Amino acid sequence: MDALLQYYSQPQHYLPLIFILVIVAVLPLLAGYVVLMERKIMADMQARLGPMRVGPHGLLQPLADALKLLIKEDIIPEEADKIVFLLAPLISVTAAMTAYAAIPFGPGFQIAEMNIGLLFVLAISSMGVFGIVLAGWASNNHYSLLGALRGAAQVVSYEVAAGLAVVAAVLLAGTLSTRQMVLAQIDPASGTGVWFVFLAPVAFFIFVVASVAETNRAPFDLPEAESELVAGYMTEYSGFRWSIFFLAEYAAMIVVASLGTILFLGGWARPFAATPVFDFLDYAPPVLLGGAGLYCLYRLLKQPALWQKVVMLIFAGILLLLAGAVALPLTGAQLGAVHVADWKPAIHGGFWFVCKVAAYIYFFMWIRFTFPRYRFDQLMRLGWHFLIPVALVNVFAMGAALILRSRLAGGWGLEWVVAANLVTLLFAGLFAWLAEKRPAAQAVESEY
Amino acid sequence: MLLDQIIFFIFAAIALAGAVLVVTSRNAVHSAIWLITTLLATAGIYLLLKAEFLFAVQIILYVGGIVVLFIFVIMLVNLDVAVRQIQFNRQTSVALILALAVGGMLPVAHYFLGRQIELPPERVAPVGPNTEQVGQVLFSQYMVPFEIASVLLLVAMIGAVVMAKRRV
Repeated sequence: MDALLQYYSQPQHYLPLIFILVIVAVLPLLAGYVVLMERKIMADMQARLGPMRVGPHGLLQPLADALKLLIKEDIIPEEADKIVFLLAPLISVTAAMTAYAAIPFGPGFQIAEMNIGLLFVLAISSMGVFGIVLAGWASNNHYSLLGALRGAAQVVSYEVAAGLAVVAAVLLAGTLSTRQMVLAQIDPASGTGVWFVFLAPVAFFIFVVASVAETNRAPFDLPEAESELVAGYMTEYSGFRWSIFFLAEYAAMIVVASLGTILFLGGWARPFAATPVFDFLDYAPPVLLGGAGLYCLYRLLKQPALWQKVVMLIFAGILLLLAGAVALPLTGAQLGAVHVADWKPAIHGGFWFVCKVAAYIYFFMWIRFTFPRYRFDQLMRLGWHFLIPVALVNVFAMGAALILRSRLAGGWGLEWVVAANLVTLLFAGLFAWLAEKRPAAQAVESEY
Repeated sequence: MLLDQIIFFIFAAIALAGAVLVVTSRNAVHSAIWLITTLLATAGIYLLLKAEFLFAVQIILYVGGIVVLFIFVIMLVNLDVAVRQIQFNRQTSVALILALAVGGMLPVAHYFLGRQIELPPERVAPVGPNTEQVGQVLFSQYMVPFEIASVLLLVAMIGAVVMAKRRV
């Protein structure tokens, strides 16, 4: 017992526990507000207002939705396989949330640093598909089963493309540790010092498309295509269990967005982190958060009811507090014995990470409201006839470029990396042309 | 390390129980779920041996890939008949004799080979980042077997595609 206390009295041992608590506590709330964000963005793109009733501008809508889902009747179909039916949502949400263990949200904010961090995230998040498949099967419903089959086929196919796209970033960083990968994009000494999205844009594109398909988001949301399959694998779920699926979907979305951020967008790094000329960007976080807080105060005046004004005030207060927190390290203040400026990387790292993840998720929503849904055979064709071959060529070209760079040691080797991307693009054009020429698949398998 | 041993026995028990249930479950989907349990417990044992690369590959390939395909096939094929059939061949006496014979052969072989049963040393020292090491060994020392295995898998894959195409 004493040994245990001793063990957990050291910061490197008790901090991960705190991080776990924070993530588990904050994630459902975050997922709720991502849903609100999605509804608001959808409304904006469709020139309407979206949720406006619960709280000012619908700001309390996620809480109301959560409460509604919790008190709804929980229905389990008579003919369902009960245990598997109950197990499926748990698998989905566990897979999505376990993946956070290896994701560095900031220089110090990471539950576990492991040298296979990237593989860990890919492995754990690949198990989320069991939630979909088993839910669809256990429901004992044809629509659900069709959704499950689509989900399995789709996730397995696009995992290959995503895995191959990730290899490009792994080659550039020369490591599988998520933290080392971010460091390779920040520090010219330990890596390239450039965000990999600029060095491997083709791989990033493939990763984005594959990640949309892997999280079953529109335009690839065929497992739950509501116009064909009612709600796909979730048809028979209601109330709390349904909300767990929803949570798992948004948690998985945040995982792939974090992964994209770590692999290609420089993780927690500020834009131009290694260039002192751009140090003024350090003032962006307090200015942005403070501006948002002040805007809330300005909107407060226009709220019709008193309680809405109070809610608005609370939100403004939270934003201004956050602005103060990110501004504090810039002032050189002293908190007791701690020099706050030392915390700048941690605090600002978190801010930039959240910004990038939010941008990535915004992109997800943007394409959801822009593109119509694919047909299933088109989806499979895109995956197998285009994305996977292009990703394979990209791996070869990138590997060849990096070998040439190290053999013909001449400067930075940027030209080789650019050439690799151009070669990949050339092949992409070739594959697209071939796919165009090929007669449309006559045998759309009837099962789908 | 007592804790390591406790964790090992937990994983081992889960793996064995899962393996038994894979065989005895009447429902093929339940079997697949128990197979996942077994594979995950095995992955845990790899992790205990500090083979973290094997751990990740085990989950990505077997759990995330192969079992998903298993379940996919199970769902497409109608297995209602299998649920109602008798699953086991109840030739208990023959099975008992065979099992005893195999069990008896082990000490005999051990006696004649005259070798001590040697357990591996108490604790294998961690061999450092083993992703790199697996890669090094695979692509230098075991290059030829690796390539042969790849070609074999490729042939099997092409064969599967050809056979599947013919039916359509």
